[in-house]
Amino acid sequence: MSFRLREGGRLIDRSKVLRFAFNGASKKGFAGDTLASALLGANQMLMGRSFKYHRPRGVVASGAEEPNALMNLGKGAFFEPNQRATTTELYEGLEAGSQNHWPSLETDIGALNGYVSRFLPAGFYYKTFMAPRHAWKYLFEPFIRQSAGLGKAPEEGDGDRYEHFYMFTDVLVVGGGIAGLQAALSAARTGVRVLLLEQTADWGGRAVVDGTVIDGMPADAWVQATLATLSEMENVTIRARCMGAGIYDHGYVLGYERVADHTPQAGAPRHRLWKIRARQVVTATGAIERPLSFAGNDIPGVMLASAVRDYVVNFAVAPGKRTVVVTNNDDAYRTALALVAQGLSVPLIVDARPRGGGALAEQAARAGIAIRKGGAIAGVLGGKRVTGVKVCAMNGTDVTEVACDAVAMSGGWSPVVHLWSHCGGKLLWSEAEAHFYPDPALPPTNHTGAGFVRAAGISNGAMATSACLADAQSQGAAAGLAAGGNAVSDAPAAAEDLPAEPLQPVWLMPEGAPIAMREKAWLDFQNDVKVSDVQLAAQEGFESVEHTKRYTTLGMATDQGKLSNINGLAILSKALNEEIPQVGTTTFRPPYTPISMAAIAGEARGDTFQPLRQTPMHAWHDANGAYWEPVGHWRRPYCYQRGRETVEQAVSREVRNTREALGLLDASTLGKLLVKGPDAGKFLDMLYTNMMSSLKPGRCRYGLMCSENGFLSDDGVVARIDEETFLCHTTSGGADRIHAWMEDWLQCEWWDWNVYVANLTEQYAQVAVVGPNARTLLERLGGMDVSKDALPFMAWSDGTLGGFEARVFRISFSGELSYEIAVPASQGAAFWETLHRLGADLGAMPYGTEALHIMRAEKGFIMIGDETDGTVIPQDLGLNWAISKKKTDYLGKRAQARSDMVRDDRWRLVGLETLDGAVLPDGAYAVAEGNNALGQRRMIGRVTSTYHSPTLGRGIAMGLVEHGPERMGEVLEFPGTDGRVFKAKIVDPVFYDREGEKQDV
Amino acid sequence: MSDIATALGGARSQGSSSVSEAPMQGMITLRGNLADPALVAAVTGLTGAAMPSTRQITQGEGGSLGWMSPDELLILVPHQGVTDAVRDLSATLKDQHALVCNVSDARAVFTLSGPTAREVLAKLCPVDLAPGQFEAGELRRTRVAQVAAAFWVDAQGDFTLICFRSVAQYVFNLLTEAALPGGEVGVFA
Repeated sequence: MSFRLREGGRLIDRSKVLRFAFNGASKKGFAGDTLASALLGANQMLMGRSFKYHRPRGVVASGAEEPNALMNLGKGAFFEPNQRATTTELYEGLEAGSQNHWPSLETDIGALNGYVSRFLPAGFYYKTFMAPRHAWKYLFEPFIRQSAGLGKAPEEGDGDRYEHFYMFTDVLVVGGGIAGLQAALSAARTGVRVLLLEQTADWGGRAVVDGTVIDGMPADAWVQATLATLSEMENVTIRARCMGAGIYDHGYVLGYERVADHTPQAGAPRHRLWKIRARQVVTATGAIERPLSFAGNDIPGVMLASAVRDYVVNFAVAPGKRTVVVTNNDDAYRTALALVAQGLSVPLIVDARPRGGGALAEQAARAGIAIRKGGAIAGVLGGKRVTGVKVCAMNGTDVTEVACDAVAMSGGWSPVVHLWSHCGGKLLWSEAEAHFYPDPALPPTNHTGAGFVRAAGISNGAMATSACLADAQSQGAAAGLAAGGNAVSDAPAAAEDLPAEPLQPVWLMPEGAPIAMREKAWLDFQNDVKVSDVQLAAQEGFESVEHTKRYTTLGMATDQGKLSNINGLAILSKALNEEIPQVGTTTFRPPYTPISMAAIAGEARGDTFQPLRQTPMHAWHDANGAYWEPVGHWRRPYCYQRGRETVEQAVSREVRNTREALGLLDASTLGKLLVKGPDAGKFLDMLYTNMMSSLKPGRCRYGLMCSENGFLSDDGVVARIDEETFLCHTTSGGADRIHAWMEDWLQCEWWDWNVYVANLTEQYAQVAVVGPNARTLLERLGGMDVSKDALPFMAWSDGTLGGFEARVFRISFSGELSYEIAVPASQGAAFWETLHRLGADLGAMPYGTEALHIMRAEKGFIMIGDETDGTVIPQDLGLNWAISKKKTDYLGKRAQARSDMVRDDRWRLVGLETLDGAVLPDGAYAVAEGNNALGQRRMIGRVTSTYHSPTLGRGIAMGLVEHGPERMGEVLEFPGTDGRVFKAKIVDPVFYDREGEKQDV
Repeated sequence: MSDIATALGGARSQGSSSVSEAPMQGMITLRGNLADPALVAAVTGLTGAAMPSTRQITQGEGGSLGWMSPDELLILVPHQGVTDAVRDLSATLKDQHALVCNVSDARAVFTLSGPTAREVLAKLCPVDLAPGQFEAGELRRTRVAQVAAAFWVDAQGDFTLICFRSVAQYVFNLLTEAALPGGEVGVFA
């Protein structure tokens, strides 16, 4: 059993009892516990089931590398799956549930997978593809779907809030162990700005657990003193619970701060994503202990030796009463000594090395612990819990059984080179330590080609404490200098190292273990990859480590192979008969451990998900029944519903009222670009297909803009303000894009032309006053002569209208008598309300975008985005009248002369009139006899705009049809999606007031 | 006139710092040759502010001058005087290639003040806001989350932020949420 010791525990506060629930059962822990330590303290070693075979699994590690103890955490809007118990700080009321089992953790039907494991070999998933097709559909796919996924998917939106934080520093130090502290101190002494991050809540890393002595004091005291020193330095910022998640180009680093995971729902943002720019980065990320591969190494109770030590020292939790230690290095002896110091039994230390260990081994021997040198584990006894081990010699002979309830294993230490590697740092292989470590000659490089990341301490392969501190001092100081600091005299903290015997690489025990053992020797606990799987992959030809990874899923679980990768590639290299460095590692990709999606989204959720642009009249629309439509980032009223009107009824009313009386449209979203300069006319002649330089001040002209490929890009009315100044109206969605387009040409191509552009879109509120009563209303406002003679069609005038400073354009997109009036945006709401007040008895009603669309379609006016889709040229739309023949050039002119653009069978604009008055489906295709090259029905056109016309009382549409304008009167067939075939006659696209009499009164 | 309304009617929120929409501010965009003596004389004469250097904002008795780009100035004047200022500037610069326009209505202005003002902005803008790195006199054009903005800080530590009028509500919501109590970062203290 695992249990809480009577005394001790560096991190726990026994005076503060915290209650929590695990799989519905109430349990107790202490403040300072992790969920994992609290569960162990409550004798809960079984914490989950494995992904593939549903084998019972206990916690194996004590930190970010944990593969097994993943939990469903919280509930409702505060639920999150796959949370590592080892990095979850305990809090009052925590609710956790284990994963990957049904119906319960103790009794899991999925564990039957284990009995059929020979049918689930490496590459099982891929092999299913080779099976008969029906097997995939009826057997594999349902089975895999059922098994896939770890925790449950959340069922509610996330109830927490998240944020970003932009931080700039000269030196960023990642890791708050003794190396990180020393590096930060040395960097800070050079005078530069230093940011120090630690992923856990506590500082000091392993040294404080292992009883290291630094500068003559216990590591704990040195850590506290150093922290105090750093805190007092004005150029240093330190942050706990903030993981260096990823390092990217240009010194960009993501920090992942778990602000409130330990204090949920107390008002703080849950996570904060730090977006850091650092001149220099020091990664002091320590090392991760490797498991040993032996049969049954995944049975609950088998743990990393360092983790056993952490639980005993930090949390006063013993994983078992009798713990067998198995190791290939000196470090694991510390675990045996720590256990014995607590009065716990260590029946045997199995040391794979024939000569055994150094000074620590001597201490263990003096403490009376039996040591078997040159030994190995032949198998672990037990199912849901260790009951003993079979011990043998390394060659597999001489097997004896030892009763125990825990096994502490150590296969050596691998430096955490992840962050070093994220942005391209290369690695070297150390034969002595059997691990990869950073190659100082090939660091990640910055914009100058110089390295900007330095590894320090154990993560740099400096394994002994004194070397670790010396390396950290030197890397920290060097980073400070490289970031612009001053050289100062500085020395590392001092430590004494115990004489140690070298590690002996052991990748499988015993040597030459038979298949029955290899099938039970786990490499990747979370994804259930065994030694035999990697060997099978090699046998089947997956020689590249990246291929083996994907074929076996080694290292592809949420822990990304923190425990399994090195062991796995060692097995692979043996199987391929190559050296480990030749096989190489898989790619280390950020983030270091999974970070929440919500932290990445930051503030971009809820009402700040994206900017919604509002016109000055937005509040009025909202209060008057607006049914909203997104137009670019704007929200515009689609229509205004009155009483119990449907949307269709409202639209219909708005169209009829505008045609018969008076409609008011909020046209403020229309783009308004002021173009000024001696070359403005020349510039606009290049941008528009028609001639703008000949426009007279005081007049307006409709214009088309094309891309350099000839395709229609935008349209709008241009007003000439004075000799040098034009006001270009763009589509609502196009203002920013066309502004950028203008600046692009002015800055990159025609930089010697004297033209300035200003985007005045938002300076003005603009209202279209439309309908037979439009002029009457403006006359009531007073202040300007808006008569036909003073302000003819396609003219504009400045003045004061009803006390409002106004610019009145006599333009029409509806075919009615129409004025568009621009007033300063701050007066837009007042002007709008004045129009409604004074126009009430004239039938003034607002109309929305759908009525606007219908009225323009009735008039045969095209709409960018409906009639155009990026492949349509003005000629397709019969807009040749708006293309100047006199100009030598305009953007798109040459492209429009290409053979494909002048083909006579291009689809061209026509009106479409259904024979029965129905409304054609939007986007429907016209079909003809025969098939195309793909064997599909031949298509000869498509619907681009289609509406029910309230004015005409039937469906009207526009479309692009092959030889369209030459086929007037022909009837085309448009199959709908519901089996119905619509028949429509080709007609002129102008359905209403063909002579344009109504707008020019 | 009394019909003048800012985008949010002077909205205000109080968190770890206060966010408030400022009253109408006269704002002029001037594009032209910023090295031209006549132009320099016109704008410094109008505002009493010195010509700003790159990324700076200067203040005078009649207004402020902000450097927006190598050929663009932002001129701040009292709102009631902006129409006259645009007219006068246009007249003064009529013989050179320059563009003067009133953009007072195209913008919303927010004041952010309080002990966490720097970090509230640092949650939304990719700018080094550490004391000593961003100080009075600097004008920063940047983005606030997903929209364009510019801001500066005065000697008292109060920030003024301008954005487009149509996104005023979005920016107000962003600033308000970033200033919610409990979200203090505490690194610029």
